[in-house]
Amino acid sequence: MIVLGIETSCDDTGVAILKDGQELLTNLLASQTELHSVFGGVVPELAARKHLDTLLPLLDKATKDSGISLREIDCIGVTNRPGLVPSLIVGATFAKGLSFALNKPIVPVNHLEAHAFAIFLERKVNFPFIALVVSGGHTNLFFVEDFGKMQPLGGTLDDAAGEAFDKVAKLLDLGYPGGPVIDRISKKGDPDAVDFPIAKVDGYNFSFSGLKTAVATFVKKNPNVKKEDVAASFQKAVVEALLLKTDLAVKKRSVKTVVVSGGVACNSYLRARFTEHFGSQDIEVLFPSPKLCTDNGAMVAFVASYRYQKGETADLTFDVVSRSLT
Amino acid sequence: MRRISRSEKGTLQIAKEVAQKLTSGWLVLLSGELGAGKTCFVKGLADGLGIKEHVTSPTFTIVNQYQGDVTLFHVDLYRLSCFPEEDISLDEMLKEGIVAVEWWERDKEFFSNYRPRVEVHMKVLDENSREIELKWIE
Repeated sequence: MIVLGIETSCDDTGVAILKDGQELLTNLLASQTELHSVFGGVVPELAARKHLDTLLPLLDKATKDSGISLREIDCIGVTNRPGLVPSLIVGATFAKGLSFALNKPIVPVNHLEAHAFAIFLERKVNFPFIALVVSGGHTNLFFVEDFGKMQPLGGTLDDAAGEAFDKVAKLLDLGYPGGPVIDRISKKGDPDAVDFPIAKVDGYNFSFSGLKTAVATFVKKNPNVKKEDVAASFQKAVVEALLLKTDLAVKKRSVKTVVVSGGVACNSYLRARFTEHFGSQDIEVLFPSPKLCTDNGAMVAFVASYRYQKGETADLTFDVVSRSLT
Repeated sequence: MRRISRSEKGTLQIAKEVAQKLTSGWLVLLSGELGAGKTCFVKGLADGLGIKEHVTSPTFTIVNQYQGDVTLFHVDLYRLSCFPEEDISLDEMLKEGIVAVEWWERDKEFFSNYRPRVEVHMKVLDENSREIELKWIE
């Protein structure tokens, strides 16, 4: 079984070819981070146009690299929700065209489900587990019972965690993207230097907007403060908020495994803190390697593989959706 | 018109009052620094328009759409340097409902052609207080 995975839900274009749901033949990514860096995170156009330019050459390279011809593909998986609508449309339309021309089935894939299951490309995980998907656009907790069976527990009520990283980096004049730079300079800062608030929100939800405002206010009042200290204290506040609700979910659902995925899961402080906290309670914490944490086509191909096997293919009339948990 | 909000609740209330004066076709342009409360203001608008869903930041998705008594489009140009007219039609959105835009000053000229509109400028006074300036242009 050969499955092609296509991901265009935000800035990055991902194309991957997966064999038998486990052997990753190729996993290509065209990132716009460089473009964003040049413009300081602000670009003149939507990512949609970039996806349009990138998809075909990326698919060409994927078939060449893997030695798989288009005819050999059994199924096409494509992210259709949630995300930036014009970007999703480019990927979905491209996939539909392929599906029609090759006469192969298509599976629309939920981007958040793909993140939650990306870990399976590297190792097996026992069900059930708690998945925390945390990135620039998403901050969501799920109770995962089986392949394709995940229950949304909560999410952010305002800004995503990764968005808070980007905006705080901007407030501190650290450049773009904010996640890696805050992670790096925080190593030279004191996480207890500033006591930033952790928002009190109901259930399994998160809120990071107030924290962003608190950092802005603090920096204004203390213009000569060491940026490393502010970054480290901010990072600590975000990670503690994520840990608090993940821990609550782990206890209430009595699971033995936590999977953290999405771009923010690359953060080294988060990895260390989660591992330390859950490790002491004999609960396993798993992170996909950074390449599979950020947006990619491989995770889409993985979800499409098990859905295809279950016969969950779609006809070409499916739509794209900007906000959707399931 | 200038209003002073002493808290997040105050901002929500002012926005809710603004929402009462809006009908489909209105453009709400929001400006103010990071953390000034622009998204909070849109939460208040949504509440005033009978939207039950949680309004979350559209920074990554650029446009979020909500259904209440009328449709509300929540646009954020934070990551863009101009309005992506070739991909998203402002005219179409205004035909369908009310459009609230954060970071509209990235493309000032483009938006200045539109009427009716209300420009909302939020100024940080201190940790909790904001001055909210409302300019109605019909």
